[in-house]
Amino acid sequence: MSRFFVLTLNGVTQGAIYAAMALALVMIWRATKVINFAQGAMAMFTTYLAVFAIEHGTPYWVGFLVALVSGLLLGAIVERVIVRPVESAPALNVVILTLGLLLFLEALAPMAFGGQIRSFPPAFSIVGLRLGTSQVPFSPFDLFTLGSVVAVMLLLLVLFQKTDLGLRMRASAFNPEVSRLLGIRVGRMLTLGWALATLVGALAGVLIAPSLLLYPTFMDDVLVFGFTGAVLGGLDSAVGAVVGGLLMGFALTYVGGYFGSDLETVGALVILIAVLMVRPSGLFSVQRVRQV
Amino acid sequence: MVAVQSRLDRLVRPTFGRHLLFALGAAVVLLLLSSQIGAYDDYNLTAVAIFAVAAAGLNLLTGLNGQLSLGHGALMAIGAYTASLLLKDHHQFPVIVVLLAAVLSTGVIGIGFGYAAARLRGPYLAGATLTLAVAIPQVATRYKSIFGGESGLTVAPSSPPDWLGADFPPERWLAWIAFAAAIVTMVLLANLLRGAPGRAFKAVRDNEAAAALAGINVARTQVLAFVVSAACAGLAGALLAYWTGVTAPAGFTLALSLQLITAIVIGGLGSLAGAVWGSLVLVFVPLLTSGMASRLSLPSSVADNLPLAIYGGILVIAMLVAPHGIQGALRRILAYGRARWGNTPGGGQKGVVDWDDPAPDT
Repeated sequence: MSRFFVLTLNGVTQGAIYAAMALALVMIWRATKVINFAQGAMAMFTTYLAVFAIEHGTPYWVGFLVALVSGLLLGAIVERVIVRPVESAPALNVVILTLGLLLFLEALAPMAFGGQIRSFPPAFSIVGLRLGTSQVPFSPFDLFTLGSVVAVMLLLLVLFQKTDLGLRMRASAFNPEVSRLLGIRVGRMLTLGWALATLVGALAGVLIAPSLLLYPTFMDDVLVFGFTGAVLGGLDSAVGAVVGGLLMGFALTYVGGYFGSDLETVGALVILIAVLMVRPSGLFSVQRVRQV
Repeated sequence: MVAVQSRLDRLVRPTFGRHLLFALGAAVVLLLLSSQIGAYDDYNLTAVAIFAVAAAGLNLLTGLNGQLSLGHGALMAIGAYTASLLLKDHHQFPVIVVLLAAVLSTGVIGIGFGYAAARLRGPYLAGATLTLAVAIPQVATRYKSIFGGESGLTVAPSSPPDWLGADFPPERWLAWIAFAAAIVTMVLLANLLRGAPGRAFKAVRDNEAAAALAGINVARTQVLAFVVSAACAGLAGALLAYWTGVTAPAGFTLALSLQLITAIVIGGLGSLAGAVWGSLVLVFVPLLTSGMASRLSLPSSVADNLPLAIYGGILVIAMLVAPHGIQGALRRILAYGRARWGNTPGGGQKGVVDWDDPAPDT
């Protein structure tokens, strides 16, 4: 089987995870105009909670749920307690705030759960599926990863496009003042937006943890790849984030496969700079970009 | 008349002279101090000076020019690796050559990245520099034959010159080098900031369109700020290589960049003196917590991470309650004092938590 084919299949799975991370970043960006640089650290922390549950004898699924629910709560708490008070502060202050949260969580995790590097069990076999007589490099766990990311995205799509709540959330992000005048509780919508975004990030965390090892900075790279994917898609577009994340998955598995996995972040840097130089608004954004 | 006026101005505000005098004073104090204290304290003060150089550079970029860089740890890595490569295989280059080479190499890379950065705003710039911070250590890991991989490169220490005597402690010699580098950096930066470039930095930070209308080349100003800032990081990185004796990827993680941001936020954004305050915090918080941890016999996973948790907490709390940092608080106290004793009208508004509010630099 050609190496390219193997890498492409890996790229789909990786891409799904980066897409989830990119989507989490874009959801928060659209709601509060903040890039949440703590997104990766928050996902790391919820993954630690999941592994903590699993190590204490609960089945995988309980751990999986722990990650998602704690993501929901963590996102809501962070928005309500530390982001809300700086809502009107300059953007740079809010960015520094999220960086502080990143540093805090990455230090808190080893303090709370111990400093040793952990492995995280996958839900299903990671041995490739059999198609007739040949084995394809796509495991049941890859299928599960892809399936759960797609499921979450479809649920979000339904929420935002088909429900009243989703409409209110979109209105709050689009124009908070007018939304307030129309009687929407904008604050609650923002809290919910952060909660949902952090849930999506937490999903990325539990899904990628089995293929990486679990340590406090293990999501830093994923954050970078998700961010690059989000920029590639144009920070304002949820569809763009998903496509951008998938493209990053392909691009980086090729870089990793042909040049060595240590160069994946360099690949991301090159892609990011190239996109920002050539098409800073991303592939899917219609926003006009300033020129200097 | 005009000539008389300008000469008068020069007498009243002899900026360069004042900076130089201040630097001389600092040099004398530090020299005396370093000879009074032991090797261990010299070692720690060296770290303060190193962080001060990097933080001052970052503060110029972030506090005064409004460009947030999460990649200064990576730029320090470039300086450190430049120094370590020069000192590999026991080459005995003089310290000054090594430091200048590090400044030069980081400055050149700063030009390249600065051009990219000048086109980026807010979250894009932060994200791009974040990527730089994550990528650089992995490059060092990847190219083992050049950069030594995970274990890194060892750095030959700079031995004190003979005229200082045979038993002169090497820690004090390194402290002197770091002090000299920090003082020279501070004087140069202070002059830069007092002059036209400094005004241009702040004008661009506060309002790009207005700055452009006033005839300032916005892009060039931003590149200049980035290059100067990167050069400072490179210098600090080279000093750090001497200080640690080994340059390895693990020393230049994202956490290093975030610590520098912590330093300038604690000290006060946009203030050179603030960079020194912040660096003192960066060096002495770990000493305090490790002392506390051993007294309470905390496990090492707690003790090792306590400083970072504190920095993270400080960043969050500072943004919530005191975005102007120590130097901002001092300034407010001074302003209050002046208002109280009727020297000049009182300083800034109370409770202003907007760092874009142009605070006077030091």
